Amino acid sequence: MDAEYTSRELMVTTAANEIRDDECAFVGMRLPLLAYQVAVSTHAPNALAVFENGTIRDAPSSKLIYTMGDLAHLDRSVSTTGMLDIMGRLQRGDVDVGFIGGAEIDRYGNLNTTQVRAGDRTIRLPGSGGACDISVLSDRTVIIMPHESRRFVESVTYRTSPGHGDGGDWREERGLRGGGPDALITTKGVFCFRDGELTLRSVHPGVTVEEIRDTIPWNLETVGDDGSVETTPEPTATELEYVREFDPDGFWTR
Amino acid sequence: MGLALEHAIPFAVGHELIRRKRDELTLVGPISDVLFDQLVGADLVDRIRAAWIGNASAGSGYCFRRAVESGALDVEDHSNLSLAMALHAGSLGVSYLPTRSLLGSDLLSEESPFRETECPFTGEQQVLVPAIEPDWAVVHAQRADRYGDAHCWGSLGVTEQAVGAADRVLVTCEELVEPSAIKSDPDRVVVARDQVDAVVECPLGAHPSPLTGYYRRDHEAYFSYHDRTETPEGYSEWADEWVYGVDREEYVDRVDSELRDLEKTVAAEVRYGR
Repeated sequence: MDAEYTSRELMVTTAANEIRDDECAFVGMRLPLLAYQVAVSTHAPNALAVFENGTIRDAPSSKLIYTMGDLAHLDRSVSTTGMLDIMGRLQRGDVDVGFIGGAEIDRYGNLNTTQVRAGDRTIRLPGSGGACDISVLSDRTVIIMPHESRRFVESVTYRTSPGHGDGGDWREERGLRGGGPDALITTKGVFCFRDGELTLRSVHPGVTVEEIRDTIPWNLETVGDDGSVETTPEPTATELEYVREFDPDGFWTR
Repeated sequence: MGLALEHAIPFAVGHELIRRKRDELTLVGPISDVLFDQLVGADLVDRIRAAWIGNASAGSGYCFRRAVESGALDVEDHSNLSLAMALHAGSLGVSYLPTRSLLGSDLLSEESPFRETECPFTGEQQVLVPAIEPDWAVVHAQRADRYGDAHCWGSLGVTEQAVGAADRVLVTCEELVEPSAIKSDPDRVVVARDQVDAVVECPLGAHPSPLTGYYRRDHEAYFSYHDRTETPEGYSEWADEWVYGVDREEYVDRVDSELRDLEKTVAAEVRYGR
């Protein structure tokens, strides 16, 4: 790992660059929240963030936020409405980009946060929350998760949040309104989706394509036809300053 | 319960249910942070209809996980939107509402309560979400009067839908105030007297969850609950300390007073006129 920033800080700044100015982002907590805070402080000053408890924000909160119910998150927000109001916007197609994570992901970006198998045992996880809604209804989604080989599976145990289904035009055929996964950001690299299939877009500095291939149980395609990929841009000094301002003790990013 | 998500969760009511051993419960809520886990740990719950069950700080709830894996607990998996719509349908007095969510997801499995269908008007695929009408909705409000009219602020989640859908409503509040205080700002009334069956003054009734204007979230309590409840014995020790072994007065004394030491921020004056 580079001594100048952590892989989680790089995930945050990479995710921040997935939010464009004037967009409405369904953010959630942890790294995506920090990513929104960085984006709105730098290249996307007019981006809005919406949260399922009903909160809408146009600026970073005054303190580090652990949950969307934290007082500093509600204070000085644009609006504190209710869940149906926010989910209604999502269902109408007003959310440009939604951030989600998962315990398992397959080659078409389907995600599982409901139950996983470990040997004979089925381990129950918390479930969907808003993730299924975001995955079905956002114009596009960005997936953020730690890069661990056990998380990449041929087929998810339970499809909590549909990605591109079986690939190709699956979403359109099934009547899913949103566009589905557009990017996956892990601790090792960034992926896009081609014909609905996970495709390596860039590797983080110091990471090799082989290292990533070793963690994935299918033959991973890369963006370049010759197998080459770019290196993920490093955080700028300004971006890093903001990450550390919003997460001063490194609770989420160290 | 837990209608405003991580905010204003009625923990005091949950703990009283545990003390009174009210069992065979079905819990309904979008998420309830660790309150559902605490009731499950006390072996009072048969069924949960929710979108997310865990610990918002630490991830999984161990009691919930143990109960599901042992087959003792039935879970009806929802998304946030499907749960909100089920309660909204209940509050509107209709038997279901359609949504465009859930399509292509395993939440739409055969055992699920949902039905995938074609819209009779547009021909598009949609999912019908059947109404949920809980026996009780429990709301922790900032202030209420003796008739049950309650002021709530901060994000509301599905509070209004749940109150409308439930047969009966229990309001706990930080402060019981004169009716004139409530009537000074009718826009802030989220629960009105005709919907309410009982109102109880219960300071810190939402702790360790936060309550706008009164106290911050006690993050440490969530991390500590997670670490302590990895085993059933650990849960028992936690419950002895925080549920069985305290009355309300002792509980309030035990809570870190710094959580209530808020930097004051005040809304602009609201004028009505006549």
